[in-house]
Amino acid sequence: MASGSVIDPIHQFQIIKIVELGQPGGIELAFTNSAAFMFGIVALVFFFLTFATRGRTLVPGRLQSMAELSYEFVASTVRGSAGNEGMKFFPLVFSLFIFVLTANMVGMIPYAFTVTSHLIVTAALALVVILTVIIYGFVRHGTHFLHLFVPSGVPAFLLPFMVVIEVISFLSRPISLSLRLFANMLAGHIAMKVFAGFIVMMTASGVVGWFGAVLPLAMVVALTALEFLVAALQAYVFAVLTCIYLNDALHPGH
Amino acid sequence: MSEPHGPAAIIVAQASPGTLPAASGVEIAVPAAEAHGSNFPPFDVHTFPSQLLWLVIAFAALYLLMSRVALPRIATILEERHDRIADDIEEAGKLKAESEAAAEAYETALASARAKAHGIATETRDTLAAEAETRRKSLEADLNVKLAAAEVQIAATKTAAMANVRGIAVEAAGTIVNTLIGATPAPGAVEEAVDTAIKG
Amino acid sequence: MEAEAAKFLGAGLATLGMGLAAIGVGTIFGNFLSGALRNPSAADGQFARAFIGAALAEGLGIFSLVVALVLLFVV
Repeated sequence: MASGSVIDPIHQFQIIKIVELGQPGGIELAFTNSAAFMFGIVALVFFFLTFATRGRTLVPGRLQSMAELSYEFVASTVRGSAGNEGMKFFPLVFSLFIFVLTANMVGMIPYAFTVTSHLIVTAALALVVILTVIIYGFVRHGTHFLHLFVPSGVPAFLLPFMVVIEVISFLSRPISLSLRLFANMLAGHIAMKVFAGFIVMMTASGVVGWFGAVLPLAMVVALTALEFLVAALQAYVFAVLTCIYLNDALHPGH
Repeated sequence: MSEPHGPAAIIVAQASPGTLPAASGVEIAVPAAEAHGSNFPPFDVHTFPSQLLWLVIAFAALYLLMSRVALPRIATILEERHDRIADDIEEAGKLKAESEAAAEAYETALASARAKAHGIATETRDTLAAEAETRRKSLEADLNVKLAAAEVQIAATKTAAMANVRGIAVEAAGTIVNTLIGATPAPGAVEEAVDTAIKG
Repeated sequence: MEAEAAKFLGAGLATLGMGLAAIGVGTIFGNFLSGALRNPSAADGQFARAFIGAALAEGLGIFSLVVALVLLFVV
């Protein structure tokens, strides 16, 4: 966001307090721009889905097709990765997918805030997934769920190492799940802002700069397209990995 | 954090006379010495509680809205369409079976009609043949009767004629003898002579 | 060497990991494409798997970006 002559690629991630809610128990609470965008996303998703399906027509129109496509896309992803049994988690996976996708896409609007570019948000979403996996795994399978960490067909002397590796890989799942989304959105937005900053810098230095600015402009256009791809892809990857982790909860033991 | 001067802020010096022109108007802001996380919003711990709070509320609302309202609605629409398509396919299959049955019935009727026609033709032919045969037979019998009657009549006529011939021959022989010898022979002798001649 | 300079150097070095992750992602999609061209009918079924592999490879590269970010802004 070029404010005056300063181009600060980090400024777009600034949390701005809209309404201060005091400090209950020494914890700062406030209604922020991030919260506003979260509720905006929820409202957008809900009103789109209900508005698109208001006709409940047999032959779907454009909007209804979009709503049905998103439904069937997530449903087939869940079925493909976690089987028919995984369909009980379908609302969760759909909510995660549609939330991340909408947050990423809304973030592509100029001057909009990208909710998913904050580590705490993606970490919370990843925690939702991994807690669901752990809690459901133990409720459903009891201690049998721990077989997840004991690969079969491994020689006894290797087993301790394998268990350690499996536990570490399991624990790194929420970390990588949250960091991937966070860093992708963060890095993409910073890169776009930096290249956009180059345009401003070059045009500031005179007529020659105007011609020179064509190059970063082309770069920004290409990056914007790439970022739209990344926004959709990261939402998809988040959903697919969620399904795979849920599959572990449904069918522990290799 | 009011006016953010992020560590990696790129500052465009708007041809301020103090700046060296060799720097081509671009300089990277050196991070402040007290930079401790709060300069980078995503790592700013102070914003975490409020973000978490609102995320939990927003995501819970989204989950409830999706699982209670939006998704069942879309699922119903898809299911209805699925059912409708299945029904239509079933209906089409039923109609097809019906038309096939109708075609089969038509074929059967055609075949039976053909067989019937054939039967009628055969029957008629047989009847006609039998009738003709009967008529021919009765005609033949009739003819045979007539023939037999005719033969009987012929035989009678012949016998009668033969009897007449003997009488005439006896009379003629008597007359001839009378004429030749002038004497009338005895009728018994003449008859005897005639019989011998006829037999001879 | 000044501590600030060392920080920037370390952050720059850490970003090399992202380039290495890019090699991994490129390998995954390159192999996926060559396999898909050999047997196009089987490609659709393995599409999600290719993306999962790419996501995992990318995730490791992202860690190095995080290291760079931490060096720049937190340490």
